[in-house]
Amino acid sequence: MTEGTVLTPGDLTGIGAHDTAERGKFGVFGGRFVPEALIPALDEVAAVYEKARTDIAFIREFDHLLRTYAGRPTTLTEVPRFGEQAGGARIVLKREDLTHTGAHKINNVLGQALLTKRLGKTRVIAETGAGQHGVATATAAALMGLECVIYMGAVDCERQALNVARMKLLGATVVPVTNGSQTLKDAINEAFRDWVTNVDSTHYLFGTVAGPYPFPGIVRDFARIIGVEARRQILELTGRLPDAVCAAVGGGSNAIGIFHAFLEDQDVRLHGYEAGGRGLETGEHALTLTAGSIGVLHGSRTYVLQDEEGQTIESHSISAGLDYPGVGPEHAWLKDSGRATYHGITDAEAMDAFSLLARTEGIIPAIESSHALAGALKLGRELGPDTTILVNLSGRGDKDMGTAMKYFNL
Amino acid sequence: MTTLAAVFDKARSENRAALVGYLPAGFPTKEGAVAAASAMVAAGCDVIEIGLPYSDPLMDGPTIQDAVHRSLLNGTRIADVLRTVEGVAATGAATLVMTYWNPIDRYGAERFARALADAGGVGTITPDLTPEEAGPWREVSREAGLDTVFLVAPSSTEERIGVVAECCTGFVYAASLMGVTGAREAVGSAAEGLVKRTRAHTTLPVCVGLGVGTGAQAAEVAAYADGVIVGSAFIRRLLDAPDEAAGLFAVRELAAELAAGVRR
Repeated sequence: MTEGTVLTPGDLTGIGAHDTAERGKFGVFGGRFVPEALIPALDEVAAVYEKARTDIAFIREFDHLLRTYAGRPTTLTEVPRFGEQAGGARIVLKREDLTHTGAHKINNVLGQALLTKRLGKTRVIAETGAGQHGVATATAAALMGLECVIYMGAVDCERQALNVARMKLLGATVVPVTNGSQTLKDAINEAFRDWVTNVDSTHYLFGTVAGPYPFPGIVRDFARIIGVEARRQILELTGRLPDAVCAAVGGGSNAIGIFHAFLEDQDVRLHGYEAGGRGLETGEHALTLTAGSIGVLHGSRTYVLQDEEGQTIESHSISAGLDYPGVGPEHAWLKDSGRATYHGITDAEAMDAFSLLARTEGIIPAIESSHALAGALKLGRELGPDTTILVNLSGRGDKDMGTAMKYFNL
Repeated sequence: MTTLAAVFDKARSENRAALVGYLPAGFPTKEGAVAAASAMVAAGCDVIEIGLPYSDPLMDGPTIQDAVHRSLLNGTRIADVLRTVEGVAATGAATLVMTYWNPIDRYGAERFARALADAGGVGTITPDLTPEEAGPWREVSREAGLDTVFLVAPSSTEERIGVVAECCTGFVYAASLMGVTGAREAVGSAAEGLVKRTRAHTTLPVCVGLGVGTGAQAAEVAAYADGVIVGSAFIRRLLDAPDEAAGLFAVRELAAELAAGVRR
């Protein structure tokens, strides 16, 4: 690759030996639990991606979009005033909030939109929770001239009205989903129903590292650039690897994106923060990894919030993007293998971190990302002042101003 | 207890297709489901599929989603599903459970297989359990004497049809179209070809489902398939009925129309 690129061929092929050989198995997790009608489409996506990820023309095209459209590489920002509240630990943010559309979702979306063209399909559908993946998908669809339909829970449409308007402005059709809990999981159900009906023309542009094989691996690879850049940048900035990497986990794409480049660095602790909602004891949370059990949801074996008969339990979080009762199978595997640890952050803790970063550093983070910030505050106090903590600031908080106005009586 | 093999032998000897009806347990009520299924059997259904209501039915259309949602609100549990199977099996119809995989996975595959067999069930249809993941379930089903039915679809490749058919016992479920469950104006045009392609891989009966809802459609499908599967159309009758008696009358009427269709 030429000077100034953000992506090298290895970035899309540096995949752990644990997934591709076994058709998307991460230990006992992952796999494919879907209607047989979708198997050919999943096989096709897998085959086209396998070819694309080692194809220099594809990598160049993706790299070009990441640099000239998404705004990569994103910078690191050190936040000492915020760090004072974290036991004096050195806190460094990976600024995915500065990408075009305002969240890390754009990385995956641009990659999959290119794949859509290689698949010869003209229409994309997507699910969205906070609306960030929907906005990113609508953006890429506009850029590449693809028809775009976004499924969004009716409750989320209300929480994230601004993002609904953005998607519409970008030319997408937004379908509010009124069944079930009317949030992300139901939007995913509805998107699958659309896909099985329109699979000839349509690519399901899956937004997170969950779902059936090959989605967890594809989305991970396209998000992987976050960690690849951050690892290089933090070595330049501090001369060594960080002591810990923190990220918020809903479905888990931003977390996998930053964790993956550090998997082999055994001294770097990987911490994922799930939405603790109103607290574990209230039952109103999205603590899939910390309090869920192993099951099958949305095509994949993973941790799930479910009752003793396998019915999905509705999740809760102040942040729509983390309000999901499942999680990507690779996180389930990282948890059980002990390589990463997962914790809960309550709505209140996240909102405190949200306002703290705004007041100390002049950065308004997404409420999703605020869970990682709250985690870093706790971790810093535990690890002490001589440590460096890298936090994935996965998105910006503009979309959350409605929630913030209500929460803080602004 | 009537086995699937016996059902298809009998239908073949009468030179007709078998009629398979679907209803979720707990809909319209726990007792109402048994009553409705019994009415369907009395009017000519050879096989009944009892749906196990699940919170995330991603291959079902609005009609079945609605029924399943009501059933879950009625508090339907797996014990109720098993009791429903017991009640329906007592009518003499071969009774299957149709379910997404997670409830069985969570309940325990072996435990579920034994409980279903004890209730008089003859097997399961598992629409989201792919052959790659089905090994353990096939094994415990075999031990419990249960049939395992899996689906092929118009999009399935020859290789895939072969793999799926290999996993099936009892019959192969051919989805008539690409899409979710629900009655349609016309049965998918791909259905006949799919049945033909499936027969190249198996001697098992091949039944067609998705989108069949009238006697005429049943007759059309019966001309090339061994069985005709109807679900949403029965549910629609129950949803539209002003009371339970009217609902029972309506499903009996539809079952009779479909039973005449498969005999045309």
